[in-house]
Amino acid sequence: MKIHLTSVFVDDQTKAERFYTEILGFVKKHDVPVGERDRWLTVVSPEDPDGTELLLEPTGHPAAKTYRDALVQDGIPLAQFAVDDVRAEHERLSGLGVRFTQEPLDMGPVTTAVFDDTCGNLIQIATVPRPAPPA
Amino acid sequence: MADDLFKALADPTRRTIIDELAERSGQTLFEICSRLSMKHGFGISRQAVSQHLAVLEAAGLVETRREGRYKFHDLNRAPLRQITERWLVTDARGPEENTP
Repeated sequence: MKIHLTSVFVDDQTKAERFYTEILGFVKKHDVPVGERDRWLTVVSPEDPDGTELLLEPTGHPAAKTYRDALVQDGIPLAQFAVDDVRAEHERLSGLGVRFTQEPLDMGPVTTAVFDDTCGNLIQIATVPRPAPPA
Repeated sequence: MADDLFKALADPTRRTIIDELAERSGQTLFEICSRLSMKHGFGISRQAVSQHLAVLEAAGLVETRREGRYKFHDLNRAPLRQITERWLVTDARGPEENTP
């Protein structure tokens, strides 16, 4: 078994599509109308187009707001994306007006930061050291 | 206030929280929990960290601030000055009248 798709609830799918593609740099993979307004909207990393898809899911359920607001208040991210250099990405995204709730922080071998995806969620970025190539 | 202050400082976890907030003020609960577990190896629940923060807040050492949907914790050093003023500042007029 492997993770094929995971999801985040977003307030507005059009806004989310823009943020996740234009600001974060993901590419759209699927965009299928579902019902009157909603879409089956997924994005993937351009570095791994056949990899795990992220579903930008409309926040239809009333419990979603309560759940996400409580997590955001405590600063808890809903997803983690890997980047080569958290500090460089923090600088790039800050320059684009992205709001960070946790500045880059070295925690042992891992460096992390947390930002607001403007669609109701906090997202963590992390630089995880690559395993040494096999000898 | 003084009793709350010393009670708050008596706990090593709370002193570590103060250390971390002294390094960078304005942290979310998530960041404080991450620092305690990743940097200090404390196996401690988020609820327990919240309780420690409540003790620090009652002693005036931590202040919380809401910014839109976020909540940040800041260190307030002012109560710590009471300690220096009580024992370390030389008072030309002599000690307080503590003795009967």
